[in-house]
Amino acid sequence: VAHAGRTVGRLGEGDWDGKVSEIKKKIKSILPGTSCDLLPDTSHLPPEHSDVVIVGGGVLGLSVAYWLKKLESRRGGIRVLVVEQDYTYSQASTGLSVGGICQQFSLPENIQLSLFSASFLRNINEYLAVTSAPPLDLRFNPSGYLLLASEKDAAAMESNVKVQKQEGAKVCLMSPDQLRNKFPWINTEGVALASYGMENEGWFDPWCLLQGLRQKVESMGVFFCQGEVTRFVSSSQRMLTTDDEMVILKRIHEVHVKMDHSLEYQPVECAIVINAAGAWSAQIAALAGIGKGPPGTLQGTKLPVEPRKRYVYVWHCPQGPGLETPLVADTSGAYFRREGLGSNYLGGRSPTEEEEPDPANLEVDHDFFQEKVWPHLALRVPAFETLKVQTAWAGYYDYNTFDQNGVVGPHPLVVNMYFATGFSGHGLQQAPGVGRAVAEMILEGSFQTIDLSPFLFNRFYLGEKTQENNIM
Amino acid sequence: MAAPWLSLRLVAPMWNGTRGIHRLGGAVVPEGNQKKERTILQFLTNHFYDVEALRGYLLQREMSKVHMKNRFRDKEWIRPDKYGHFSPEFWNFREVPIEAVDASDCEINYEGLDNLLLLKELQSLSLQRCPHVDDWCLSRLYPLADSLQELSLAGCPHVSERGLACLHHLQNLRRLDISDLPAVSNPGLTQILVEEMLPNCKVVGVDWAEGLKLGPEEQPQDTASPVLA
Repeated sequence: VAHAGRTVGRLGEGDWDGKVSEIKKKIKSILPGTSCDLLPDTSHLPPEHSDVVIVGGGVLGLSVAYWLKKLESRRGGIRVLVVEQDYTYSQASTGLSVGGICQQFSLPENIQLSLFSASFLRNINEYLAVTSAPPLDLRFNPSGYLLLASEKDAAAMESNVKVQKQEGAKVCLMSPDQLRNKFPWINTEGVALASYGMENEGWFDPWCLLQGLRQKVESMGVFFCQGEVTRFVSSSQRMLTTDDEMVILKRIHEVHVKMDHSLEYQPVECAIVINAAGAWSAQIAALAGIGKGPPGTLQGTKLPVEPRKRYVYVWHCPQGPGLETPLVADTSGAYFRREGLGSNYLGGRSPTEEEEPDPANLEVDHDFFQEKVWPHLALRVPAFETLKVQTAWAGYYDYNTFDQNGVVGPHPLVVNMYFATGFSGHGLQQAPGVGRAVAEMILEGSFQTIDLSPFLFNRFYLGEKTQENNIM
Repeated sequence: MAAPWLSLRLVAPMWNGTRGIHRLGGAVVPEGNQKKERTILQFLTNHFYDVEALRGYLLQREMSKVHMKNRFRDKEWIRPDKYGHFSPEFWNFREVPIEAVDASDCEINYEGLDNLLLLKELQSLSLQRCPHVDDWCLSRLYPLADSLQELSLAGCPHVSERGLACLHHLQNLRRLDISDLPAVSNPGLTQILVEEMLPNCKVVGVDWAEGLKLGPEEQPQDTASPVLA
C-alpha cells in the first residue's frame, strides 16, 4: 500500500509540474512582450466568409476571378476566394495544354470568344500589369492553324469558313494546288480543301498566362487556398411553377474546404459558387446535388463533363517543315506544330471512342504514337518518316460528352452555382472571354458582350445540342 | 561691367593653358591642327554670344543650300509648313500610289498598321527601331505580299523569331533586314531558317553585326531610295 501511495504520489507530482509550466506559458503569452499563442494558427485555412467561391484555380477559374474584380462597381466590393486542390498544377489541364488559339470553329459564339481572347493576349500587358512585376512574355507564335478536309468534309468546311469570315476571323480557303505551292512539304493526297488562319491564330505559353493571371488576381485582392471541396451545405425552397408543378430550388450557403493530408476543414460561408474545376467538375456538381433525381427530369440531369486523357508527343525531325509551319490538323485528326528553332515538333491525335484511354492516371502510352499517330503524320508529311520521339506527356480534356462545347452560366435549380467548364480541349483559348461572360452574368444578371445563352445548362435537359464540328 | 568679367574669363583659362583647351575639346589625344582648330572654335562659341550667333547663321545657310539640292527625281520634297499644315497642291497627288514608307523610330502600333495595309503598291517599308512593332504586328503584313520588295525591321526591340515566321507570305520580298533584334534568341540560326523560308530574298542580318555596334547615322542608307526590280 505504501508502494502504491508513493508511486501515485510521484505520478501526481510529475503531472502537477507539467500543469504548472503550461499555466506559466499561458500567462507569459498573455502579457505584452511576447507573441500571443492563445489562438491556434489558421493561416493555411481559407477565410470564414467570402462572397464568391471559385472551385478550381486553373486558367478558367482565374479568368473569372480577374473579371469579377475588374468589373465590380466598387473597389473591394466583392470578396473572391479561389480554392485549388493542387498548387503544383501537376494534373491541371492548363499547364499540360499545347497552348493553341484559333478562330476556326463552326459556332459564331466560339469564334467571337476566340477573337476576344486573341485581343486579350495581344494586349496582355495592359490587362494584367502589376507594378512590381516585369511585363509578361507570352512567346506567341502567330503562325496560324491549317485545317485539312477530305472530300466528304469539304462542304462543311466551306460553310464554316463563311461563318468565320462573317464574324471577323481572317481565314482563307486553299485548294490542294495552292497548298503544294505554299507548303511544299505537304502531301495533298486525300485533301480536297484546306482552311488557313492568317491572323490572330497560333500558339503561346499557357504557364505564362496562368502566372500572369495569378499574380494580377492576387494583387487585386483575391484570396487563394489550397484544399479540396468536400461538401456543400445548402437550403431548399419549394416553389410552384405557373403550371402548378412543384420545383425544389436550392441555394448553397456553405462550402466545406478540406486541407491536404488532414481531416481539418473550414466551412466558408458564401453567396455564389463557381464550378471551374475542369476535369473534376462532375464531382463538384454531384456534391451540390445536381443529377440526384429520376433520370429524364431536370433534377436528374447530371453535368455531362468527364475527364478524357490526351497524349502529346515531342519528336525531332532534322529535315522537317520549316519556320513557316502552322499548326497542321490532318483529315485523320492528327495534328502537329513546330516547337522552337531546333527542328522539334509536337503533336498528337484524338483517339476514337473505342480507343479512349483510361483517365485514371496520366501515364503515356507510347504504342499509341507508333500505331495511331505516326502513320498519319508520315502520310501527310513525307519528311516525318524519319523522326525520333524525345518526350511525351498526357493531360485531361474536360470533355463534354453531350456536344463537346462549354457549359456557362447558372444552374436552373441550384440557383447560385455557376458553371465555367466542359470546354473539351479549347478552354485555354476561350478563357478570357468566358471569364468575362460569367462575371457579367453574376454582376449584371445577363451576358453583356458575347451572348453565351447556347451554352447554358438547360440544353442538357431540353436535349438541344450546340454541336461544335471542329474539334481536335 | 562686361569688361572685367570678360577679362576674368580670359585670364582663368589662359592660366590653364594647353591643358584646359584639350579638356574642353573632349578628345582623348588631340592630334593634328584640325582638331585644335575645332576645339578653339567650340571654346569661342561657348564663351561669346556673337560667335554663337554667327555660327548659327552660317549653319542655317548651309542647311538651306542642302535643301535646295535635296530633290527627289527632280521634284521638291513636300514638307509641312511652320504650322504643321501641308500645302493644298498635295491634293493633286491623290491618285499617285505610294511606293515607299519610312516609319523608322515611329511609334506605330498594331492598330496603326491599318493605314499602311491599304497601300496596294507599297514596295519598300522601313520599320527600323519602332518600339511598339512586335510579333503580332508582323502577322498583319501579309496583305502587302504582292508588291512589297524591301522590308527593314532592324533594331525593333519586340520582334522575335516567332514573328519573323509569318513573313513567309511576302514571297516578292527581295531584301529583308533583320539585324540588331534583341528579342531573337539565336540570331545565326534564325537567319538560316529565314533564308530557307524566303529563297528569293536577300536576308541582311547578323553576319557582320556581331560585335560591331554601328551608330544610327552610320547605318547603310538602304531605305532612303526604294529598290526597284
